[in-house]
Amino acid sequence: MATIHERKFVSGDPAKCVGCCVCEYICSMEHEKTFNPTKSRIRAVRLNPFVNIAIACRLCEDAPCVAACPRDALEQSEETGLIIVDEEKCNGCGWCIEACDYGAIQLHPETKVVFVCDMCDGEPKCVEWCPEEALDFTTKDVLAQKARIAIVKKLFQEALKATL
Amino acid sequence: MSYAGRILHVDLSTGKTETEPLKEEMAKKFIGGIGLGMRLFLDNSKAGTDPFSPSNPIIFVTGPLSGTMAASAGNSYAVVSKSPQTGGIAESKSHGFFGAELKRAGYDAVIIRGKSEKLVYLWIDDDSIQLIDAQHLKGKPPHEIETAIREELGDFYIRVSAIGEAGENLVRIASIINDEFRAIGRTGMGAVMGSKNLKAVAVRGTHDVNVADLEGFVEFVKMIHERMKGPATRKYRTLGTPENVLVLNAIKALPTRNFTEASFEGAEKVSGEYLNERYIKKIVGCATCGMRCDHIGMVPEGPYKGTTARVEFECLWALGPNCGVDRLDAVIEAIYQCDYYGMDGISTGVIVGFAMDCYEQGILTKKDTDGLDLRFGNAEAMVEMVKKIGSRKGWLGDVLAEGSMRAAEKIGKGAAKYANHIKGLELPGYDLRTLQTAALGFAVSFRGACHLRSGAYSPDVKGKVNRFKIEKGRGKIVMKGEDTYNIIDSLILCKFSRGVYYEELEDMVKYYTLATGIEMTPEELSQAGERINNLAKVLNIREGKGTREYDQVPPKIKNVPVPDEGFAKGAHVTQKEFDVGLDDYYEVRGWTKDGIPTVEKLKELGLQDLVPIVKKKLAKTQTPKRKGNGGK
Repeated sequence: MATIHERKFVSGDPAKCVGCCVCEYICSMEHEKTFNPTKSRIRAVRLNPFVNIAIACRLCEDAPCVAACPRDALEQSEETGLIIVDEEKCNGCGWCIEACDYGAIQLHPETKVVFVCDMCDGEPKCVEWCPEEALDFTTKDVLAQKARIAIVKKLFQEALKATL
Repeated sequence: MSYAGRILHVDLSTGKTETEPLKEEMAKKFIGGIGLGMRLFLDNSKAGTDPFSPSNPIIFVTGPLSGTMAASAGNSYAVVSKSPQTGGIAESKSHGFFGAELKRAGYDAVIIRGKSEKLVYLWIDDDSIQLIDAQHLKGKPPHEIETAIREELGDFYIRVSAIGEAGENLVRIASIINDEFRAIGRTGMGAVMGSKNLKAVAVRGTHDVNVADLEGFVEFVKMIHERMKGPATRKYRTLGTPENVLVLNAIKALPTRNFTEASFEGAEKVSGEYLNERYIKKIVGCATCGMRCDHIGMVPEGPYKGTTARVEFECLWALGPNCGVDRLDAVIEAIYQCDYYGMDGISTGVIVGFAMDCYEQGILTKKDTDGLDLRFGNAEAMVEMVKKIGSRKGWLGDVLAEGSMRAAEKIGKGAAKYANHIKGLELPGYDLRTLQTAALGFAVSFRGACHLRSGAYSPDVKGKVNRFKIEKGRGKIVMKGEDTYNIIDSLILCKFSRGVYYEELEDMVKYYTLATGIEMTPEELSQAGERINNLAKVLNIREGKGTREYDQVPPKIKNVPVPDEGFAKGAHVTQKEFDVGLDDYYEVRGWTKDGIPTVEKLKELGLQDLVPIVKKKLAKTQTPKRKGNGGK
């Protein structure tokens, strides 16, 4: 059983994201064999040219979407942390959508049940395709490490130069 | 297949809408984008219609790749109509996000006719079409329209293509802006929208866009993505098009102070290098593109502190060196104002440069400028003049809003000698005196002065020809460039990506067939490019703007030799050499000496039905000289 520390999810870096939506197109291609961002499990948001990011499921611990479902249609895999939708049980009521702080679970335009990132069986296509390498398939621990390394590099630029 | 297969008709006068199927033969012959748009324009308009008449249709058209994940082409659309600047055929393309949305809504083209009684916007919500009152949006800039429409319709992902105050004011150089800073920039399409009381087109598309061979298509796109990381797009990913400033300056091809000098002493301070170091805050991309090129600049200090705009070479040049302005803060502010009012930044800058030239020559005085000291180099005056044009404020603002050709006529006193336009469309930032293949290419461009109708500056800049003269052989170079660019603009590929199609036509035809399933050979595609150019020419002829006297360069290019010391000194275009070039071009095109496509040529290209339009013209072997812009 993977703990939240070991669960890899798709993380977007707003410093690198340029808002091109390539992730949306490749996601709908991979899962639905068509080009249609409204069927993408990851969605890009551009608030203005400087603020761009793409958002997908973050595999929360004790996922609020699962807790919110009145029909037990959602389940979180103990193995991977993925949210699994039972399409027979889901009636599209949207409690899970309200419960998700990130807008990562959505109502499918055709099936009318909810759908969410499945990490492409461990090899997310969006991460592979992102032209800016703004998407990472990673764990929260690794993200924290990266942030620490980045800030230390920034703070100790001079010292770093001296050691080279 | 990736065509939507549907054309939407909207009549703003009656509010009636209907759809018709797109025939496959039509799609194959005219591809999409400007090709399909111009064919639909021909079929849906009458000769001699005033551009501002309700019966002048304005056509929003997507390309066969729009809505797919085709890198740089999945996001595009074009607008076609009759130009209020040239009186001939008008087309302009834009990328961003809007084009993909329009395709997903299920339309290859939207043909808009008539005139609404009150200001409205067109709301295309998949199959549901509505005209919505827009009086509360009057006078607002395009980017605010987008936010307002998203809020009132309640969907953040709605895409909007809108006009600003300039379009409402029928400023003839008005543009249409989508996605905040992408523009249907040239040929005055915003004014045509304004004449119809159409403030915006808002779209939500939720349909699938499918391609014929999904696996092959995705593989091809992957390859294009990889190529986009390579040298073919380096310029656009790094310094961006403003890299041109120092390149053109070094070869004395950077028009300065309204095409007086050919290099600018302040070039360093408006260079791509200077811009990127001090002003560019982020480079962002359009939908589906793996390359990203939109250089977003922000002014860090001074009177224009905080102003943000997307900066490209052309607008930077027009409002900078062409006005003698070496302050990037003012240039960024002026570009922002162009987007705010919704105006073509190239034409705006060239018109302000023209007015500055007239002011320096004493043709315009402080009385005419409402006290504005319109000297070359006066950055604040340049910015103020831009605003006056957008709002038609003051006598001069109102006159210049008519474009440089009409403004010169209104100003009189020989002002026409200083007006830099071809067919009524202002010149872009290449000095035609020192880039003479470009002089020929720009002159014959069917939409008026344009560097992107043939890329004819390229052989000059790259040193492939003697750029200080025009000789036999240039006609073929121009024609080849035009036909390729017609294909690019009909597939609506982004021209910044043109270098990634290593095999040119073969790559393009592969892209087309993978997406549409329509088989085509590179030769057939090439012929489509030629067909589209002939179609455009015939449309200009139909409007009485297509003959030899309209394919000319402005007076300054012929009459004011380059004064800069050094190798370029004295360079200018001579009428004699120009005529050799024009004859050569017409000959390779299979047109008469007067620039009219022959019956045989039209038949060869499958344009038999256009023969009656040219027949009358062909009957007169010698057409009487009419008033052109650069005949003398």
